[in-house]
Amino acid sequence: MAKGRTVIDEARCKGCKLCVSVCPQEILAISSRLNEKGYLVAEVVDADGCTGCGMCAIICPDVCFTVYRQVPVRAR
Amino acid sequence: MARELWKGNEALAEAAVRAGVVAYFGYPITPQTELLEYLSLRMVRLGRTFLQAESELAAINMVYGVACTGVRVMTSSSSPGISLMQEGLSYIAASEVPVVLVDIMRGGPGLGNIQPSQGDYFQVTRSCGHGDFRPLVLAPATVQEGVDLVYEAFDLAEKYRTVVIVVADGNIGQMMEPAEMPPMRDISTEQPDWALVGADGRSHRIITSLFLSAEKLETLNLRLQAKVQRVRENEVRYREHRAEDADILMVGFGTMGRIAQTAADMARQKGIRAGVFRPVSLFPFPSAALETRSHQARRILVVEMSAGQMLEDVRLAVGKDYPVEFYGRMGGVIPLPDEVFDAVEKIHAEMCHD
Amino acid sequence: MTEVTEELVYQRPESLTQVHTHYCPGCTHGTAHRLVGEVLDELNVRGRTIGIAPVGCSVLAYYYFDVDFAEAAHGRAPAMATGMKRTHPDKVIFTYQGDGDLAAIGTGEIVHAAGRGENITVIFINNAIYGMTGGQMAPTTLEDQKTSSSPLGRDVSIAGYPLRMCELLATLDGAAYISRQSLHDVRHIRRAKKAILTAFKTQMAGLGFSMVELLSTCSTNWKMDPVESLEWLRDNMIPYFPLGDFKVAEAVKEL
Repeated sequence: MAKGRTVIDEARCKGCKLCVSVCPQEILAISSRLNEKGYLVAEVVDADGCTGCGMCAIICPDVCFTVYRQVPVRAR
Repeated sequence: MARELWKGNEALAEAAVRAGVVAYFGYPITPQTELLEYLSLRMVRLGRTFLQAESELAAINMVYGVACTGVRVMTSSSSPGISLMQEGLSYIAASEVPVVLVDIMRGGPGLGNIQPSQGDYFQVTRSCGHGDFRPLVLAPATVQEGVDLVYEAFDLAEKYRTVVIVVADGNIGQMMEPAEMPPMRDISTEQPDWALVGADGRSHRIITSLFLSAEKLETLNLRLQAKVQRVRENEVRYREHRAEDADILMVGFGTMGRIAQTAADMARQKGIRAGVFRPVSLFPFPSAALETRSHQARRILVVEMSAGQMLEDVRLAVGKDYPVEFYGRMGGVIPLPDEVFDAVEKIHAEMCHD
Repeated sequence: MTEVTEELVYQRPESLTQVHTHYCPGCTHGTAHRLVGEVLDELNVRGRTIGIAPVGCSVLAYYYFDVDFAEAAHGRAPAMATGMKRTHPDKVIFTYQGDGDLAAIGTGEIVHAAGRGENITVIFINNAIYGMTGGQMAPTTLEDQKTSSSPLGRDVSIAGYPLRMCELLATLDGAAYISRQSLHDVRHIRRAKKAILTAFKTQMAGLGFSMVELLSTCSTNWKMDPVESLEWLRDNMIPYFPLGDFKVAEAVKEL
């Protein structure tokens, strides 16, 4: 079960591959889809592998990533 | 207010203080430095901002920074320093932020000397930075007039959101004359709606002179030219001395306007009808007034402490067929009244032969 | 099965606008912008900050920060910042400059701003090349590095040596915090953010001049792909431009 989730703003992506190069879970890749500017955009290839570590967001020069992490709810 | 004896440079400085200047940035260069020295104490005493910069180039950009925040700011320099400020002046003009600049001219070109000169007429009226823009240029002939023009320059800079240059030669900066100071204005606290003061509770503002699209840059330029047109229509200033019935009309600004006045009086004593037309606004040049006056005179004698620069504006005003003579000295040599009078006498003699 | 909710870990800083940047793919200008945006958010000063953009690739920075911004003549941002800060000491003033802007034409301004201890923060992007004009040699171009104006590689006997601005400015008493960081990997980006935070805190505490130099990439003009560029930076720039804090005034240590 995925411990996190990362969402890519494809319109901003320039296909620079930096996120792909740093993702420790290797769940990111450059897709075959073009965005409006003509870049092949990055995509999550295995959402279950995401731990929500946020490294993709830190390396991305174009602020394409919004990252979430699953957090157990403390019993009330 | 009482009339006191003031040194030109210091009087111009005090006039700026009275006008509510918030910040001054400058650099030592003769014959302007006393303006800076005066403010180095006065501004600090008033709790205002004073800084001697590392160069005129830095100084004008410090001024630019402050001008972007919508408060009154000025700098001063002399000829070589103005050359260093030209890039900054162009950015300031393009950004439409108000700035006052005092230029006390010296002998040039190059390092030249520290004598008075008017050899920067072109620099301040034509080429005080790259691109199409024309600063408002005012030329006092006395310390009092300098005080009044600097005091008013801040209002004009804000009215047109542009650069206003008060330009005088080293004489006026260095000599002492009686002058009466205008009342002290308090520092304005209202902020123009374009000023950069922090985008608290609003979207951010940008002040830039970069317009990568040609159309946008042209739009800016059209706005700047419309401003120049308004300046031409509203800010022409000149003085006359015995010009109404002058056969020989001398045209001179600043110190040369005063020397021409003495020469005119000398000529009158010899029965020669001479008068003086003294532009105070070098831009906008008083072309229409001079052209009208030229119809009733028979000769024009332009007198300058240069090779003849205002001469071109005079020729433009009166047309190529009008007989325009020129008498000037360069290198900081001041043509004294008797030299100018001799030139008038020579023209008068030729006139009588025609 | 314990109940699970989702917590937001990372989102776009508020101090950045929605405008898409014009920077080349992988260009670390974008990273630097984001870090400054994050710091302005965390310090909650967006509404009283004024930024000054240079001439260079980041001339258009004013479109990307939701902050009042002026655009300075090439190299003159520290002078503009000096004027602004002295007349508006309550505002947070920062310049954002490239290596051509700060270490070539603007050397005079940066040295004197630091020497005067101006209470401003300078974000100095060092990518060892003139980006906007198409890849010419810069004051920080490395020895033997090929550029469009040093096609045979920088010959130090002709073009002199790359300038180490942090070490140079750290000798000035007015400098309160000078640090060189890098944007070539996640770990170093985290450290760079800490340094930027310290720099802005230095200014806000009125302790004097602060600058963070950020080693950056320019894949287009280095003629490498973005991932290679980060590696080239690590292997070539860091040896010549060592990372770390070069000046930390006593009072800054207590921040």
